[in-house]
Amino acid sequence: MQKLGDFKLPQFFNYPPYFTLQPVRDTREKQVQLWKDLILDYCKTQKIFVIELEDEFPLFSNPVIERSLSHEARKAFLSALVSEGRAEWLDKGHRKCLILWHQIQDWANIILLFVKDNGLEDGVMTIEEIRSGIESRGTELHGIDRTILMRALKLLEHKGKVAIFKGTSTDDEGVKFSV
Amino acid sequence: MATVNNFFPSASITSSGRPVLLPNEVECQLLSAVDLESDDDPNFPSFKSGLLILTTHRLLWLPSNSTTHSNAIAIPLSLITHIFSPKKSIKAIFHSPRVRFQVSLNSKSLVVTVVARGKGDWDGFLPKFFENWRGRAWETDTVGSSTDGSVATAVSGASSNSGGFYSSDGSVRLVGVAGILRKEQEMWESTDKSLQEAFQDLNALMSKAKEMVMLAEKMRQKLLSGSNSQTSAANDEEMGSKEEMQDWLLSVGIISPVTKESAGALYHQQLSRQLADFVRIPLVRAGGMINLIDIYCLFNRARGTELISPEDLLQACTLWEKFDAPVMLRKFDSGVMVIQNKSHSDEEVFARIKTLVTQPDALQGGITASDAAMTLGIAPAMAKEHLLTAESRGILCRDISPDGFRFYINLFPEINSDDMHMVKDHGIYSLWARAVSAL
Repeated sequence: MQKLGDFKLPQFFNYPPYFTLQPVRDTREKQVQLWKDLILDYCKTQKIFVIELEDEFPLFSNPVIERSLSHEARKAFLSALVSEGRAEWLDKGHRKCLILWHQIQDWANIILLFVKDNGLEDGVMTIEEIRSGIESRGTELHGIDRTILMRALKLLEHKGKVAIFKGTSTDDEGVKFSV
Repeated sequence: MATVNNFFPSASITSSGRPVLLPNEVECQLLSAVDLESDDDPNFPSFKSGLLILTTHRLLWLPSNSTTHSNAIAIPLSLITHIFSPKKSIKAIFHSPRVRFQVSLNSKSLVVTVVARGKGDWDGFLPKFFENWRGRAWETDTVGSSTDGSVATAVSGASSNSGGFYSSDGSVRLVGVAGILRKEQEMWESTDKSLQEAFQDLNALMSKAKEMVMLAEKMRQKLLSGSNSQTSAANDEEMGSKEEMQDWLLSVGIISPVTKESAGALYHQQLSRQLADFVRIPLVRAGGMINLIDIYCLFNRARGTELISPEDLLQACTLWEKFDAPVMLRKFDSGVMVIQNKSHSDEEVFARIKTLVTQPDALQGGITASDAAMTLGIAPAMAKEHLLTAESRGILCRDISPDGFRFYINLFPEINSDDMHMVKDHGIYSLWARAVSAL
């Protein structure tokens, strides 16, 4: 079985039509579905949060069969994710795409779980500590995209479970949990 | 009264409602809504409002209801003993135009009146009727065919002829190979002469057109008989060129093309019928479907000098629906128009395409339009239309790469979207997976 790093690729990754945007409706719907699943799966295991359309993305080409997705096809598959709420465009030109393999609500729940596991119910942490501190090592929060983290925290703040306070620079932004 | 009449010989009609013409018979004029009447015999059947066709050899009367082909009749001009000149009287002005003629059938003489109730070129019809009757085209035919026969025997069996060294015209007869060679040489020279005459100017060509077609026909016959009798002696290369020659000659040869001049208002309708008869052979060769452009070329080549415009062809094709022709015009989504048999089914083509794309090679590398064209025995443009149609039905899907445009069997429906790594043991997906991993 073919692999991309430690990611196991499905059989149909070697099927050349998989890399050509299919014009027939039913066929295309299935193709888009398969690409959406594969992109989310890959991003989740590889901890990839942002896909830039202009840059090389390993999943979008298959050197074994010498096929790669056209710009149009990449955009079509990512747009399909966006319309489902599983991704967001980060710019108006649709060149950078934020991939939400967990949706913001799910990320918020993961944070709460993390807080409870570490007995931080009334604790204080900086944003950077959550992203790369000792406590988060080995959890899904380790290395989380800053934009996604901030959104999840804001959601929690909205529910009154955390208070975000600003320091003098972005480095020392912090949160106080009150779960 | 729809009984088969026993007054006139019945005329054979093609399935699309065109008369079957005799060799060298040419259609001259068509009139619609024509009655045939006779005062002589009370048992004379009613021939009401039919299509009258004047040819060089016959008067044909076809019932207007095209489903009753069996009632079509033919009056050979040779049986007409007299055509009465129309009387110029006050009465004639108020009558529908008519002409009376005397015909002798089964040693019985009968006066028949042709009454034209429809709008047609009646004034043109009369002189042509006289002209064809006096022209006696049927007599030149018999003369022609008898000379043909004598030439054929002279060529094929010089030894069986007991005429000695001098032939009837006094020239020295040569027997054996030299004789055959000399005969060939003579024929070649006369052919060359008539070709030269034909190309002197366009008018000459027009007047020679019929001769050219006859020549082509004769040569074809000779080639046919030749290839039958000398198969053992002829080598492959010769056979190949003969076949090619035959093909060329076969593609000439609508002796009596429907023209605006002869058919008038009935032009498109008759053209449509003639076209329906014509396309049958090319259709069989092309596997049931043929490009409209190809038919345009073939049809015009067969018509020789009486070329038709693309608009006329298209109109003729669209008229097929009206008279239930065995062929139909079909427009693909891409805009390509083709002619196909009504019985032609896409399913059959799809089945063949499916077998083609499930071959191990095709599973792995897909197929191009030209691959399909070769297997299906059709033109690449046609094959591409079939592939695209199959794609739209979800049988195939496409792969566009720097290598080109290829088609694969559609695996998408087979892939399990809940578990993308799963490949079922049976079915086309596992077949594909095995073909790919085998490499």
